[in-house]
Amino acid sequence: MTTALFYLFAALLIGSALFVVLNRNPMYSVVALVFGFANLAGIYFLLEAYFIGALQVLVYAGAIMVLFLFVVMLLDVKPDKPRRGLVHLDRWWFAILVVLFLGLLLGIVPGAVRLITSVPAGHEADIGNVERVGQALFTSYLLPFEVAALLLTVALIGTVFLAKRKI
Amino acid sequence: MVVPLHHIIAIASLLFSIGVLGVLFRRNAIIVFMSIEIMLNAVNLAFVAFSNYHGNVHGQVFVFFTMTLAAAEVAVGLAIIISLFRNLQTSDITEIHNLKN
Repeated sequence: MTTALFYLFAALLIGSALFVVLNRNPMYSVVALVFGFANLAGIYFLLEAYFIGALQVLVYAGAIMVLFLFVVMLLDVKPDKPRRGLVHLDRWWFAILVVLFLGLLLGIVPGAVRLITSVPAGHEADIGNVERVGQALFTSYLLPFEVAALLLTVALIGTVFLAKRKI
Repeated sequence: MVVPLHHIIAIASLLFSIGVLGVLFRRNAIIVFMSIEIMLNAVNLAFVAFSNYHGNVHGQVFVFFTMTLAAAEVAVGLAIIISLFRNLQTSDITEIHNLKN
Protein backbone atom coordinates (compact mmCIF):
# COMPACT_ATOMS: atom_id res chain seq x y z
CA MET A 1 0.00 0.00 0.00
CA THR A 2 2.63 2.54 1.08
CA THR A 3 4.94 1.39 -1.71
CA ALA A 4 2.22 1.92 -4.31
CA LEU A 5 1.47 5.34 -2.81
CA PHE A 6 5.17 6.23 -2.98
CA TYR A 7 5.44 5.43 -6.66
CA LEU A 8 2.18 7.28 -7.35
CA PHE A 9 3.46 10.40 -5.57
CA ALA A 10 6.82 10.11 -7.33
CA ALA A 11 5.21 9.78 -10.77
CA LEU A 12 2.94 12.78 -10.14
CA LEU A 13 5.92 14.78 -8.84
CA ILE A 14 8.08 14.05 -11.89
CA GLY A 15 5.13 14.69 -14.20
CA SER A 16 4.31 18.06 -12.70
CA ALA A 17 8.00 19.07 -12.69
CA LEU A 18 8.17 18.25 -16.41
CA PHE A 19 4.98 20.25 -16.94
CA VAL A 20 6.54 23.23 -15.15
CA VAL A 21 9.59 23.17 -17.41
CA LEU A 22 7.92 22.36 -20.73
CA ASN A 23 4.78 24.47 -20.50
CA ARG A 24 4.63 27.92 -22.12
CA ASN A 25 2.23 29.63 -19.73
CA PRO A 26 3.86 30.70 -16.41
CA MET A 27 0.50 30.64 -14.63
CA TYR A 28 -0.01 26.94 -15.35
CA SER A 29 3.60 26.30 -14.34
CA VAL A 30 3.07 27.80 -10.89
CA VAL A 31 -0.08 25.77 -10.25
CA ALA A 32 1.65 22.60 -11.45
CA LEU A 33 4.57 23.28 -9.13
CA VAL A 34 2.20 23.70 -6.15
CA PHE A 35 0.73 20.31 -7.03
CA GLY A 36 4.20 18.78 -7.34
CA PHE A 37 5.28 20.14 -3.96
CA ALA A 38 2.15 18.69 -2.36
CA ASN A 39 3.16 15.30 -3.78
CA LEU A 40 6.67 15.79 -2.44
CA ALA A 41 5.15 16.42 0.99
CA GLY A 42 3.35 13.09 0.60
CA ILE A 43 6.69 11.39 -0.09
CA TYR A 44 8.15 13.02 3.03
CA PHE A 45 5.26 11.66 5.09
CA LEU A 46 5.86 8.18 3.70
CA LEU A 47 9.55 8.52 4.64
CA GLU A 48 8.48 9.27 8.23
CA ALA A 49 9.65 12.89 8.05
CA TYR A 50 6.41 14.32 9.39
CA PHE A 51 7.80 17.67 10.50
CA ILE A 52 9.49 18.26 7.16
CA GLY A 53 6.33 17.21 5.33
CA ALA A 54 4.28 19.74 7.25
CA LEU A 55 6.93 22.41 6.56
CA GLN A 56 6.85 21.51 2.87
CA VAL A 57 3.11 22.18 2.73
CA LEU A 58 3.26 25.31 4.88
CA VAL A 59 6.42 26.97 3.58
CA TYR A 60 6.79 25.75 -0.01
CA ALA A 61 3.27 25.08 -1.25
CA GLY A 62 1.81 27.69 1.07
CA ALA A 63 4.14 30.67 1.24
CA ILE A 64 6.75 30.47 -1.54
CA MET A 65 4.42 29.38 -4.32
CA VAL A 66 1.80 31.97 -3.33
CA LEU A 67 4.58 34.56 -3.68
CA PHE A 68 5.33 33.20 -7.17
CA LEU A 69 1.62 33.31 -8.01
CA PHE A 70 1.36 36.92 -6.87
CA VAL A 71 4.36 37.93 -8.96
CA VAL A 72 3.09 36.16 -12.08
CA MET A 73 -0.33 37.79 -11.70
CA LEU A 74 1.17 41.19 -10.83
CA LEU A 75 3.55 41.29 -13.77
CA ASP A 76 0.99 39.86 -16.21
CA VAL A 77 3.67 37.71 -17.85
CA LYS A 78 2.65 36.63 -21.31
CA PRO A 79 3.14 33.03 -22.43
CA ASP A 80 6.32 32.50 -24.45
CA LYS A 81 5.90 33.20 -28.13
CA PRO A 82 6.17 30.02 -30.17
CA ARG A 83 7.88 31.71 -33.14
CA ARG A 84 11.31 31.69 -31.49
CA GLY A 85 10.92 28.25 -29.98
CA LEU A 86 10.87 27.13 -26.41
CA VAL A 87 14.63 26.94 -26.02
CA HIS A 88 17.30 29.56 -26.56
CA LEU A 89 20.16 27.18 -27.26
CA ASP A 90 20.71 25.71 -30.69
CA ARG A 91 20.39 22.03 -31.43
CA TRP A 92 24.08 21.10 -31.24
CA TRP A 93 24.50 22.52 -27.77
CA PHE A 94 21.37 20.66 -26.71
CA ALA A 95 22.74 17.36 -28.02
CA ILE A 96 26.14 17.90 -26.36
CA LEU A 97 24.52 18.72 -23.02
CA VAL A 98 22.24 15.67 -23.15
CA VAL A 99 25.17 13.36 -23.94
CA LEU A 100 27.28 14.87 -21.15
CA PHE A 101 24.43 14.55 -18.66
CA LEU A 102 23.66 10.93 -19.55
CA GLY A 103 27.35 10.06 -19.31
CA LEU A 104 27.54 11.69 -15.90
CA LEU A 105 24.46 9.84 -14.69
CA LEU A 106 25.62 6.47 -15.99
CA GLY A 107 29.08 7.05 -14.55
CA ILE A 108 28.08 8.16 -11.09
CA VAL A 109 24.86 6.37 -10.17
CA PRO A 110 26.06 2.71 -10.21
CA GLY A 111 29.05 3.53 -8.02
CA ALA A 112 26.87 5.51 -5.65
CA VAL A 113 24.37 2.65 -5.41
CA ARG A 114 27.18 0.20 -4.60
CA LEU A 115 28.41 2.60 -1.92
CA ILE A 116 24.92 2.97 -0.47
CA THR A 117 24.10 -0.72 -0.24
CA SER A 118 27.32 -1.41 1.66
CA VAL A 119 26.30 0.83 4.57
CA PRO A 120 24.32 -0.97 7.29
CA ALA A 121 21.15 0.79 8.40
CA GLY A 122 20.56 1.20 12.10
CA HIS A 123 17.09 2.56 12.59
CA GLU A 124 16.01 4.73 15.52
CA ALA A 125 12.36 5.12 16.46
CA ASP A 126 10.25 8.08 15.25
CA ILE A 127 13.00 10.20 13.66
CA GLY A 128 10.52 12.55 12.01
CA ASN A 129 9.04 13.73 15.27
CA VAL A 130 8.88 17.45 15.89
CA GLU A 131 10.38 16.68 19.29
CA ARG A 132 13.44 14.92 17.83
CA VAL A 133 14.03 17.51 15.11
CA GLY A 134 13.54 20.35 17.57
CA GLN A 135 15.95 18.79 20.03
CA ALA A 136 18.67 18.57 17.38
CA LEU A 137 17.83 22.08 16.17
CA PHE A 138 18.13 23.73 19.56
CA THR A 139 21.17 21.84 20.86
CA SER A 140 23.77 20.87 18.25
CA TYR A 141 22.47 23.22 15.53
CA LEU A 142 21.74 26.27 17.70
CA LEU A 143 24.25 28.61 16.02
CA PRO A 144 23.10 27.80 12.44
CA PHE A 145 19.52 28.26 13.63
CA GLU A 146 20.24 31.78 14.87
CA VAL A 147 22.18 32.57 11.69
CA ALA A 148 19.15 31.43 9.69
CA ALA A 149 17.00 33.86 11.65
CA LEU A 150 19.48 36.63 10.84
CA LEU A 151 19.42 35.58 7.18
CA LEU A 152 15.63 35.87 7.07
CA THR A 153 15.81 39.35 8.62
CA VAL A 154 18.40 40.45 6.05
CA ALA A 155 16.25 38.99 3.24
CA LEU A 156 13.20 40.87 4.54
CA ILE A 157 15.04 44.20 4.62
CA GLY A 158 16.63 43.54 1.22
CA THR A 159 13.28 42.68 -0.34
CA VAL A 160 11.65 45.88 0.93
CA PHE A 161 14.62 47.87 -0.35
CA LEU A 162 14.65 46.21 -3.79
CA ALA A 163 10.90 46.36 -4.38
CA LYS A 164 10.60 50.04 -3.48
CA ARG A 165 9.70 52.19 -6.45
CA LYS A 166 12.29 54.86 -5.77
CA ILE A 167 15.51 53.98 -4.03
CA MET B 1 11.93 2.13 4.69
CA VAL B 2 9.04 1.49 2.33
CA VAL B 3 11.05 1.54 -0.91
CA PRO B 4 14.71 0.83 -1.72
CA LEU B 5 16.99 3.81 -1.27
CA HIS B 6 18.35 3.89 -4.80
CA HIS B 7 14.84 4.35 -6.20
CA ILE B 8 14.46 7.53 -4.16
CA ILE B 9 17.93 8.69 -5.24
CA ALA B 10 16.97 8.03 -8.85
CA ILE B 11 13.81 10.10 -8.43
CA ALA B 12 15.78 12.90 -6.77
CA SER B 13 18.38 12.95 -9.55
CA LEU B 14 15.64 12.91 -12.19
CA LEU B 15 13.98 15.86 -10.47
CA PHE B 16 17.33 17.68 -10.27
CA SER B 17 17.99 17.12 -13.97
CA ILE B 18 14.52 18.43 -14.84
CA GLY B 19 15.44 21.56 -12.87
CA VAL B 20 18.76 21.87 -14.73
CA LEU B 21 16.85 21.49 -18.01
CA GLY B 22 14.56 24.34 -17.02
CA VAL B 23 17.42 26.64 -16.04
CA LEU B 24 19.31 25.94 -19.26
CA PHE B 25 16.50 26.03 -21.79
CA ARG B 26 13.82 28.43 -20.64
CA ARG B 27 13.91 32.16 -21.33
CA ASN B 28 11.30 33.35 -18.86
CA ALA B 29 13.03 34.51 -15.66
CA ILE B 30 10.19 33.27 -13.44
CA ILE B 31 10.29 29.78 -14.94
CA VAL B 32 14.08 29.71 -14.49
CA PHE B 33 13.55 30.63 -10.87
CA MET B 34 10.97 27.88 -10.40
CA SER B 35 13.42 25.41 -11.91
CA ILE B 36 15.93 26.43 -9.24
CA GLU B 37 13.25 25.64 -6.66
CA ILE B 38 12.78 22.21 -8.25
CA MET B 39 16.52 21.55 -7.91
CA LEU B 40 16.50 22.60 -4.25
CA ASN B 41 13.61 20.24 -3.61
CA ALA B 42 15.40 17.37 -5.32
CA VAL B 43 18.30 17.84 -2.91
CA ASN B 44 15.86 18.02 0.00
CA LEU B 45 14.33 14.72 -1.09
CA ALA B 46 17.77 13.09 -1.12
CA PHE B 47 18.48 14.48 2.36
CA VAL B 48 15.23 13.11 3.77
CA ALA B 49 15.80 9.73 2.12
CA PHE B 50 19.28 9.41 3.64
CA SER B 51 17.98 10.62 7.00
CA ASN B 52 15.38 7.87 6.94
CA TYR B 53 17.94 5.31 5.76
CA HIS B 54 20.49 6.05 8.47
CA GLY B 55 17.79 6.52 11.08
CA ASN B 56 19.03 9.83 12.45
CA VAL B 57 17.63 13.30 12.37
CA HIS B 58 20.50 15.38 10.99
CA GLY B 59 19.38 15.20 7.37
CA GLN B 60 16.02 16.63 8.30
CA VAL B 61 17.70 19.51 10.15
CA PHE B 62 19.61 20.24 6.93
CA VAL B 63 16.34 20.25 5.01
CA PHE B 64 14.99 22.77 7.51
CA PHE B 65 17.92 25.09 6.81
CA THR B 66 17.58 24.61 3.06
CA MET B 67 13.94 25.66 3.28
CA THR B 68 14.90 28.78 5.24
CA LEU B 69 17.48 29.61 2.61
CA ALA B 70 14.96 28.99 -0.19
CA ALA B 71 12.42 31.30 1.42
CA ALA B 72 14.99 34.12 1.71
CA GLU B 73 16.25 33.50 -1.82
CA VAL B 74 12.76 33.54 -3.33
CA ALA B 75 11.85 36.79 -1.57
CA VAL B 76 14.97 38.60 -2.81
CA GLY B 77 14.93 37.03 -6.27
CA LEU B 78 11.32 37.88 -6.94
CA ALA B 79 11.94 41.46 -5.79
CA ILE B 80 14.78 41.65 -8.32
CA ILE B 81 12.55 40.22 -11.06
CA ILE B 82 9.83 42.77 -10.22
CA SER B 83 12.22 45.70 -10.41
CA LEU B 84 13.73 44.35 -13.67
CA PHE B 85 10.25 44.06 -15.14
CA ARG B 86 9.40 47.56 -13.98
CA ASN B 87 12.48 49.03 -15.66
CA LEU B 88 12.65 46.95 -18.85
CA GLN B 89 9.05 45.69 -19.32
CA THR B 90 10.28 42.15 -19.96
CA SER B 91 11.04 38.97 -18.05
CA ASP B 92 12.93 37.38 -20.94
CA ILE B 93 16.45 36.63 -19.76
CA THR B 94 17.89 36.90 -23.28
CA GLU B 95 16.73 40.53 -23.48
CA ILE B 96 18.20 41.51 -20.13
CA HIS B 97 21.82 42.38 -20.91
CA ASN B 98 22.29 45.88 -19.50
CA LEU B 99 25.63 45.04 -17.90
CA LYS B 100 27.03 43.87 -21.25
CA ASN B 101 26.98 47.19 -23.06
